[in-house]
Amino acid sequence: MKILMLGWELPPHHSGGMGVACYQMCKELADKEVDIEFILPYSAQHNIPFMNITPAHHQSAESFVKFGSVYDAGYFTETIWLADESPLDLRQQHDMYAHNVAKLVHSKEFDVIHAHDWLTFRAGLAAKQQSGKPLVLHVHATQYDQSAGGHGNPMARHIEEQAFSIADRIFAVSQHTKNVLVTHYGVPEYKIHVVHNSMEIDASDITESTTHIYLAKMKENGYKVVSNIGRMTIQKGLTHLIETAARVVAVNPKVLFLIAGGGDQKEELMRLVAQKQLSKNIIIEGWVSGERQLDSFRIADVFIMPSVSEPFGLTALEAVGLGTPVIISKQSGVAEVLQNCFKADFWDTDMMADMILSITSNESLAKTIWENSYSEYTSQSWSSSANKMKQHYESVHGATV
Amino acid sequence: MKSVVLYLHAHQPWRVKPYSVFDAGHDHHYFNDESHHKNTNNRFIIDKVSEKSYLPTNRMLLELLKNHPEFKISLSITGTLIDQLEQWRPDVLESFKIVVATGKVEIVAETYHHSLAFFYSKAEFVRQVAMHEQRISEVFGVKPTAFRNTELAYNNELAKWADEAGYEAIIAEGWDPILGWRSPNYVYEPVNTDGIKLLMKNYRLSDDIAFRFSDQQWAQWPMSVDTFTEWAHADSSGGDIINLFMDYETFGEHQWEDSGIFEFMRAFPEKWLEDASHGFKTITEAARAHEPKDRVDMHNTVTWADNERDLTAWMGNDMQNDAMRSMYELQDDIIQTGNNGLIEDWRRLLTSDHAYYMCTKWFSDGDVHAYFSPYESPYDAFMYFMNAYRDVTVRVIESNQIHGGENS
Repeated sequence: MKILMLGWELPPHHSGGMGVACYQMCKELADKEVDIEFILPYSAQHNIPFMNITPAHHQSAESFVKFGSVYDAGYFTETIWLADESPLDLRQQHDMYAHNVAKLVHSKEFDVIHAHDWLTFRAGLAAKQQSGKPLVLHVHATQYDQSAGGHGNPMARHIEEQAFSIADRIFAVSQHTKNVLVTHYGVPEYKIHVVHNSMEIDASDITESTTHIYLAKMKENGYKVVSNIGRMTIQKGLTHLIETAARVVAVNPKVLFLIAGGGDQKEELMRLVAQKQLSKNIIIEGWVSGERQLDSFRIADVFIMPSVSEPFGLTALEAVGLGTPVIISKQSGVAEVLQNCFKADFWDTDMMADMILSITSNESLAKTIWENSYSEYTSQSWSSSANKMKQHYESVHGATV
Repeated sequence: MKSVVLYLHAHQPWRVKPYSVFDAGHDHHYFNDESHHKNTNNRFIIDKVSEKSYLPTNRMLLELLKNHPEFKISLSITGTLIDQLEQWRPDVLESFKIVVATGKVEIVAETYHHSLAFFYSKAEFVRQVAMHEQRISEVFGVKPTAFRNTELAYNNELAKWADEAGYEAIIAEGWDPILGWRSPNYVYEPVNTDGIKLLMKNYRLSDDIAFRFSDQQWAQWPMSVDTFTEWAHADSSGGDIINLFMDYETFGEHQWEDSGIFEFMRAFPEKWLEDASHGFKTITEAARAHEPKDRVDMHNTVTWADNERDLTAWMGNDMQNDAMRSMYELQDDIIQTGNNGLIEDWRRLLTSDHAYYMCTKWFSDGDVHAYFSPYESPYDAFMYFMNAYRDVTVRVIESNQIHGGENS
């Protein structure tokens, strides 16, 4: 089975969970003897031996990353021009990718096209039209989610709607996402199959944090740390987290919050924190990577993900995999696969404050939650999801030959 | 006798380097950015301002003080500048000493760390003023008799404090809503005080030099010494004094050398003194020479900044308030440590410039050039400052642990 995989990013040049998910699922698929040609919108050195990676066109990952993230809500409402960095805005990047993929199709041999999220959907449609091969769409996030329940960017929304109706099959990363597609996009249920994301981290990665010296020293002095790692956008519910923090700190001033990730909401969050006079307790950090990113999970006594609408939420699994118990919003896909955790409505700041206070003041509670969530974590794997995907490839392929 | 009171204010803060939360807890140096040509490299800036402004200005002033027996000036120099000059440019500090040694330069008292402590902690304010007095005595061998608060932030309460502390004069902005019908060209008396005199800046004439001098869009550009002298004479008709208050860095830094600012200033004393009824006085001399014309009541705080002339450039948004309040809250814990290095670092963070860099007034207007900031945005300024704050808290805890250990 040969797959033409269309994706927008891969580690180490990823800005969110989609890049990580693509990497891990492709690795598992390759293990199951699926032959993958992965087309990226930039060229870069990858240490990825299990598939072919082809740039749709030549621009460096560095300059590509600079012009913005797929996940910044701001890019969906306004056009950003960085004339000196890159001549292209997101829309032009999108168009160029679709154009170049269409040209590439003739020279590639494949059975099924598999495209990830709206930025690659037009390329997927073009490839389907040129080759007559079946198109599978993989939905990691929709405009509905990214605008926290709104309409989203009209152009992107239109591309999504068009692609959903033409696609042969759709993979949704959660039942939550499937429901969004059915309810808000009118996609017929039979077309959509839930393929849960997984997260694979070596057990040896659960080690002490070495880069967060300040937080480590404060912990030695009786402080507790709550962390959230991810893009700072409206979708992530971070204003609710700050509201929650205010309630927590009023009861226990020795709780510190690390909110890291950067994004278009960063300045708004800084102003909000200062307005609530919480700058002492809340650290707003930019995008962290490598060891610092891992440490930002490890150093925490509890990880919280209060997303307003989260298709999946890989960071929650990442936290568990790195030794930290989690609190997640009921509005997240990961809540379908993780039971041993606290779950709250994203708007229920009283409830989330309660959860943080009990988990940070009860060693036994924190330990029990994490141990049980870790066994859930170890039982999930990309293997079963990859098996599912492979069956669907075969079935759509069979249907069209 | 109609006297020009020329007062110059010299200051440089200790700018915080781009300081990440990952630095906090182990890198205790916030002010040591040594990267080349960086806006937060304090040593580089001291070098640059020394060459462009301090050295040529001191040369010019020394010349004028020698050539014109009547010429006098008042000068304030912050402890944070003295310390940086001592560390990196002792030659420049020496040039200040030579100017002061002429005996015709009055040094004005202020807070050592150019802070707004008066509005956060009176106790810390008093300590910083005492530190400054001590330092001025060590370096220049004089004891100030006039007081200026950081950014000329002034109100009745401050005047009362300065009066009780024994100062003979205090200075403030001559802002129209406060002056009302009054002219800034007289000596005044603050309400509820007993002896101290108030001198108020003539902002029109001061700003002709300090802000407008090189502005080619200004209808009066280029302003000649003759024109300015005529204006000064006309403005003060019937008045006793003309208070020209400005930054020391006006000469060579705010107004570049090629604007002709040095030539202007070199020629001004001679031109002004052509009229036998004209002279120069220092702040305290003017206070002693003239009876107060009226009592001035300034309930609200007035500064010499912006069109608003208030404290909003330093205390105008939530970030500034949260950051500074958090820093001042550490006061008792910090001083209790008895750790001088830590206490000094904390005081360097109280310098008002840090709050100024977090000002968002101009950021939304896009009028970036109206303000000086070494950072890309007020948010960056806030982030680095708060990360330094976090490191300070760790040092307080560790210092107490060591202290506790010794006692046990």
